[in-house]
Amino acid sequence: MEPGLYHLLAIGAVLFFTGIYGFFTRRNMISMLMSVELMLNSVNINFIAFNKYLWPGTLGGTFFTVFVIAIAAAEAAVALAIIINLYRSHQSINVEVAEEMKY
Amino acid sequence: MSGSTFMFYLLGLLTVFSALLSVTSRNIFRSAIYLLFSLIGIAGLYFWLDYQFIAAVQIVVYVGGIAVLIIFSIFLTQQSGEKLPPVPGGRVFFSALAAAAGVALVMSTMIRYGFAITGSGNAPTAAQIGEEMLDINGYALPFELVSMLLLAAMIGCIVIALKKTETK
Repeated sequence: MEPGLYHLLAIGAVLFFTGIYGFFTRRNMISMLMSVELMLNSVNINFIAFNKYLWPGTLGGTFFTVFVIAIAAAEAAVALAIIINLYRSHQSINVEVAEEMKY
Repeated sequence: MSGSTFMFYLLGLLTVFSALLSVTSRNIFRSAIYLLFSLIGIAGLYFWLDYQFIAAVQIVVYVGGIAVLIIFSIFLTQQSGEKLPPVPGGRVFFSALAAAAGVALVMSTMIRYGFAITGSGNAPTAAQIGEEMLDINGYALPFELVSMLLLAAMIGCIVIALKKTETK
């Protein structure tokens, strides 16, 4: 069977929920950030697949993908800066250790 | 099975299995390397779809930038060879259940929806994307906003990660 839109959407769905699984099970901030990156990538696959198979010749999906990648890069950089700063003050990057603002 | 179909399934399997290993590996450094392979697989899928520009951006930004940034942060925050603590069985069970239910829901909705596939046209070239980015009626405003966002993120990172000097 020739792979098409549905195959790409299936890959996107599996990747997204793999990211969800990682986000639920991990307690290490860097691992959680990696799961978020997986989710963002699955969304990009969906945008590109829709652009190619449903609206060929337009640029909407391409631009959304480019902007998602740019925002993901900014998000990863800020998150890692915060994580490194947290490690300096707590000697740990477990989410359960950082609870000063919880109560 | 044609070569194109074979390549699609190869890239899809590489992407999905690397992602699964990435979220289950207990060694965080290996987890980051699996994530790298998953991102490369996704870039391969973009090449398979003829979206060369997006594939190149994916390789440059994700594989060359974010993955390296994550690996550096692991080096800065993790003792080498130390494994992550095992995840409690109940949490694994319920997370896997939630993820499986989500996949089932999305798949069933997707198959029943029936998209009107209008054939696959040509992918936009880099020249088209560049022209559209600077077109005032096109994507000029989002483009400028994203560049401002990147500048703000860059300054923010420097301020956050800067080592505080001892005050006297």
